[in-house]
Amino acid sequence: MIEMPAIDWLTAVVFAPLAGAILAFLLPRQAHWVGVGAVVLTALMASALVLQVLTEGAVVTPLGNWGAPLGIDLRADGLSATLMAMTTGVGLLVSLGALNSYAHHRAPERMRRYFWPLWLLLLSGLNGVYLSTDLFNLYVMLEVISLAAVGLTVLSGRIEAVRAGLEYMYASILGALLFLLGVGFVYLELGRLDFAGLLAAPPSPALGAALALMVAGLALKTALFPLHVWLPQAHANATAPASALLSALVVKASLYIVLRLAQYLLPLSEVLVALIGLLGVGAILWGSIQALRAERLKLLVAWSTVAQIGLVFVAFARAGADGVAESWKAAALLMLAHAIAKAAMFLAAGRIKEEIGHDRIRELDRSPVRPTLAQLSFALAAISLVGLPPSLGFAGKWILMEGAMTSGYWHWIAVTMIATMLSVAYFSRVLTGFLRFDRQRTTVGEHQGWALADAAPLTLALCALGLGLLAAPILAFMNIGYPFGGAP
Amino acid sequence: MSTGLIFGLTGLGVFVVGLCGALVLVDPLRRVLALKLCSVGAGFMLVVAAWKAPPEAPDPVPHALVITGIVVMISATAVALALIRRLHTLEHEHHD
Repeated sequence: MIEMPAIDWLTAVVFAPLAGAILAFLLPRQAHWVGVGAVVLTALMASALVLQVLTEGAVVTPLGNWGAPLGIDLRADGLSATLMAMTTGVGLLVSLGALNSYAHHRAPERMRRYFWPLWLLLLSGLNGVYLSTDLFNLYVMLEVISLAAVGLTVLSGRIEAVRAGLEYMYASILGALLFLLGVGFVYLELGRLDFAGLLAAPPSPALGAALALMVAGLALKTALFPLHVWLPQAHANATAPASALLSALVVKASLYIVLRLAQYLLPLSEVLVALIGLLGVGAILWGSIQALRAERLKLLVAWSTVAQIGLVFVAFARAGADGVAESWKAAALLMLAHAIAKAAMFLAAGRIKEEIGHDRIRELDRSPVRPTLAQLSFALAAISLVGLPPSLGFAGKWILMEGAMTSGYWHWIAVTMIATMLSVAYFSRVLTGFLRFDRQRTTVGEHQGWALADAAPLTLALCALGLGLLAAPILAFMNIGYPFGGAP
Repeated sequence: MSTGLIFGLTGLGVFVVGLCGALVLVDPLRRVLALKLCSVGAGFMLVVAAWKAPPEAPDPVPHALVITGIVVMISATAVALALIRRLHTLEHEHHD
């Protein structure tokens, strides 16, 4: 019997979407079928990888058999596999939503043609980030993500989108270059860039400076207050599926790298942790205030991303002297919860705009058309983002507060509570608009705005709500390969 | 002062000049140029890392990294320039 060569899923999940991107670009008329096909294929490969991690533990592939430190290793542990599953899962549902929303003949040809190559390129970059074990490789993957993300931002071709995309491009390039400068410092100090080498290195001022530079670059890319200025316009002006991808997945890549740096490079210093926590608080307050003031639905959702990212940084910071060994769990769960719920929310917001014809929050209650399912999806996603049980957002916030209580950091509990209260306030603005029926001039029409396109946001919203029940197994899975301490 | 230190400080200086430009300037094209300066500065740091005292050959790995960095920056610059041109055209149409 001939033995089949084992397929290396690590390489496959990076290269399958890349090949798909090229193919979708070369076959513009079939781009959507190629696109969906490649995403489904990548999702299947990611599932195989998840199974492999589940049965065998962390998996490593030295590309070309060179091996670190000179070669590039790909490694999947529980954390990377979870994020990859999140990315392909959310990506698959957003793709189905996109298939529907770009299928309309009123959608410009350019959108239908270029969405798929850009999204597949993005997927390839995201998977690359999750599997990289080398700082320079991370830099390259970050740039791949940036280029694809900027392309998705300007896809509609409207002047506001191009303006926002250009601002995003500047922020993105600057963030990547700060990261690169940090990489240069690390090489100057250690002469190697692989994670294993970083782990063995003794702390030094040069490495401290490198870490600060890299975290600053990543904060710019993930839009941590006060470096968030590019995000709201970029996410609000992109088309709905693109916004969902940008807000749910792209910002998570930089957050993930921050987690990894905290794991490998140095125990974060007290000062840096305090600063990260403080900026997180700033993000929560400023993002929430702007969300309360926003006039457009998509802008409100985009500002809520700024606030939610702030909360993830608070989760990073809350462990303080205990290090990331504990606090990463809350941060990782919050990232997961935000990705799923925010994708649902942007898709739902896009559907609402499509059905009602505008997305002015003040006039939502005057509309005679009520896209019921889209509104339901929006509300369910809001429940997860606010953090009501049994949602995934609740599990994340619970672990955050539990940890803060045991280590006696009561101020972080206050911050989490304030964040929750503010998110209730700004989402209520929208939900009241959905639920008031006394202000429209005509009777609510028979057409309730039900469409196949509602399936994707509804599924995502239900996942965001229900996965909270599985928080414990998800955490146990993420800990495979001991991403943060425990046994080596 | 050693050669490495002089080069390193120069690289850092160039990066900081570019950083100030990227944060302060308003003109889109000038901002791109400022970011290019940043990339030159960061590249400098990597080249410095390759330097070794004369009898020894320089470390080739940072050179490979710098070349990759240059390629990445060329693509990013191209995209930024294309966006600036498109924005220019759109603003023109807007005014007409």
